[in-house]
Amino acid sequence: MRSRFSLLIGAAALTFAGAAQAQHLRIGLAEDPDLLDPHQARTFVGRLVFTALCDKLVDIDANLKIVPRLATEWSVSEDGKTVTMKLRHGVTFHDGEKFDAAAAKFNLERALTLPESRRKSEIAAIATVDAVDDYTIRLNLKEPSSPLLSQLTDRAGMMVSPKAAKELGANLANKPVCSGPFKFVERVQNDRIVLERFANYWDKDKYHFDKVTFQPIPDATVRLANLQSGQLDMLERLLPTDIAAVKADKRLNLQAITSLGYASFSINVGNTPRANTPVGKDPRVREAIELSIDREILNQVVFNGEFTVGNQPVAPTNPFYAKTMPVPKRDVAKAKELLKAAGVPNLSFEMQVPNDTQQTQVAQVLQGMMREAGIDMKIVSIEFATALQNQTKRDYVTSLIGWSGRPDPDGNIHVFLHTGAPLDETDYSNADVDKHLDAARTTYDVAKRQEHYTKAAEQYLKDRPIIYLYHVKWLFAHSTKLAGFKASTDGMIRLENVKLQ
Amino acid sequence: MWGYFLGRLAIAIPTLFIVTIIVFGLQHLLPGDPALALLGEDRSPEAYEQVRKQYHLDKPVPVQYAMWIGNALTGDLGASLRTKKPVADLIAEKLPVTVQLALMSMAIALLIGIPTGILSAVRRNSFWDYAANVLGLSGQSVPTFWLGIMLILLFSVRWGLLPASGYVSPFENLGDNLRAMIMPAFVLGAALAAVMMRHTRGAMLSVLRSDYVRTARAKGLNERRVVLRHALRNALIPIITLGALQLGQLLSGAVLTEQVFTIPGFGKLIVDAVFNRDYAVVQGVVLVTATAYIMLNLLADMTYFLVNPRLRG
Repeated sequence: MRSRFSLLIGAAALTFAGAAQAQHLRIGLAEDPDLLDPHQARTFVGRLVFTALCDKLVDIDANLKIVPRLATEWSVSEDGKTVTMKLRHGVTFHDGEKFDAAAAKFNLERALTLPESRRKSEIAAIATVDAVDDYTIRLNLKEPSSPLLSQLTDRAGMMVSPKAAKELGANLANKPVCSGPFKFVERVQNDRIVLERFANYWDKDKYHFDKVTFQPIPDATVRLANLQSGQLDMLERLLPTDIAAVKADKRLNLQAITSLGYASFSINVGNTPRANTPVGKDPRVREAIELSIDREILNQVVFNGEFTVGNQPVAPTNPFYAKTMPVPKRDVAKAKELLKAAGVPNLSFEMQVPNDTQQTQVAQVLQGMMREAGIDMKIVSIEFATALQNQTKRDYVTSLIGWSGRPDPDGNIHVFLHTGAPLDETDYSNADVDKHLDAARTTYDVAKRQEHYTKAAEQYLKDRPIIYLYHVKWLFAHSTKLAGFKASTDGMIRLENVKLQ
Repeated sequence: MWGYFLGRLAIAIPTLFIVTIIVFGLQHLLPGDPALALLGEDRSPEAYEQVRKQYHLDKPVPVQYAMWIGNALTGDLGASLRTKKPVADLIAEKLPVTVQLALMSMAIALLIGIPTGILSAVRRNSFWDYAANVLGLSGQSVPTFWLGIMLILLFSVRWGLLPASGYVSPFENLGDNLRAMIMPAFVLGAALAAVMMRHTRGAMLSVLRSDYVRTARAKGLNERRVVLRHALRNALIPIITLGALQLGQLLSGAVLTEQVFTIPGFGKLIVDAVFNRDYAVVQGVVLVTATAYIMLNLLADMTYFLVNPRLRG
């Protein structure tokens, strides 16, 4: 019995050694992805898988510049209402189908019309798509749309095999057929997603892994333990509190990059019953709340100073950051004065907080700082699904929540701050802001867009329907054997030129 | 005897029916809209309406239940809201994992719990008794997730002997499978062993004091025979009951242990499903575990007849 057992261990060790030579990359994910169909998927974590599985029309580079993938070049018409794209030759889907203009047209139309599609609002600017010739498509827009191209750098621009999509419909999610560098092998829910090298990939020389396995391991400590003991080669979303441990480990490397998203708290400022509080009604009270906060201290206490402090929907390093509105300094005396002027020297209000450790800590630090300004902020700890429901029903006073971020500023701003926008859950409405946000969306001139976003920011940051706090950094830890990996600001793992040594 | 069991089986059906109604009702009492839980950041009003319609969430709860039970009776448990995978497939995928973990944990619990229980009863108030009690009490008090993380840090990170977490199918590689399962099975088994040990000790003590044991000793039987043949057999009845209940619990999934060791079994499946308000998955898993629970209790009752001849009327 014993000899049989040691034989098994020996066999296991051999397989393991073999796997190392065959370039098998194992990535630890913080959650289990949802549907593996780029048009139906909803989660951030799923996008990590799509980056290896599905190719897209265009991509972003390290400076958020739009660069070619399946579309090699593109141009916008004089009136801004048509976008013409030349497509790459010699691209095939994982099932051997050819990628051409008809396939691209099919995909964009699927993203716009499939009932289960979650991409509709992202590319709503597209009215119709024409296949001009075999390798040229024309997007006819309802109105000029500067954020459109950036939407095509993500799931809305990913191409699935038309043949498979027609056969499987919405069930494509169980057997995705894309055109990316790796193709789908199997998925065991809550356990693993396995991809293998796609031999006919148009850019295959830059991809070195024979197999890529994504393993969802929600417990951050266990995820790190797996990396330390060699069962993983890399992991995403390391806890800021584990940075020291990774830096101290000679076998591990760390990479950090400021995300495109933000963390904030929303304030119900509309006309619903729960907005009828001093916090919801009086901008002076909201200013006092912001002045009682020291964002730097918050960052130090909860995140070891690792995240990026901010006060706007985009990080201070972003080209669209409104420079006229820098991060305000804490001023407790002024906060007290404002509260007195507003007639609520002993302000008390509720904040709903998702019941995970980190969010709770953030809320507690905010609570402590507000108390020094005489504000009694009550934490209502709540489970995430319920928090979302309260927001959509406007059944909240303030709500601690974040946004994972989009490459174009429009995706961080318009959807939350424009009157009646899908996620305008604060019920904020200002005609001037609407005007600037719409104008920024319909012009392609970067300087003009910056101007509009700055004008809008000067208004909504004074009205404070949302108080922005910080920008998460994407933290990746990986084995020192992994070479060539560079963290991207959208949090994705791009495997181009990455290999195990 | 058979009439009794058939009667019990007949009761099982309405019990299961009531269980499904209660679970369905409780899920709908939970705050948190399943359509919103599903949509997350993509929760535009248009998408929200589409999801509510697609999954019949816009219909009254009794109608939703009727649709579910109607399909379930024809063997269709529906599909996961989150991943579109058929619930029956998910259960078929997770059940073997959970069964293996449950059986391994139970084996560990029995191997540790019963011998130490007997030992501490026979050597009452000795060093062994106290040592076993202290161990038992700590086994019961230590939280499983803490013990799990400590074992991972020691055996995986420090010594590199076992994989930190994850699961390998036994049909793929039995050695890897056992290496992956031994720590979670031990963590679960240790906690159960503690309870098992205390019950064995208690049952043995009361049996050892009884008249027939005194008679057996008076007959001059050796102590080993008295303890193992005469006393233990009677003492086993409450232990079997306990074991069946524990096994039922194990089969409904070990939530914390599966989470820590990332074992893709029932526990993780149902917890994720509850958080995502994935109704179909919760209902399906509860139906299966409730059935298992009822069957195990029935099985325990049958075992009494085997170990205790007096019950065979």
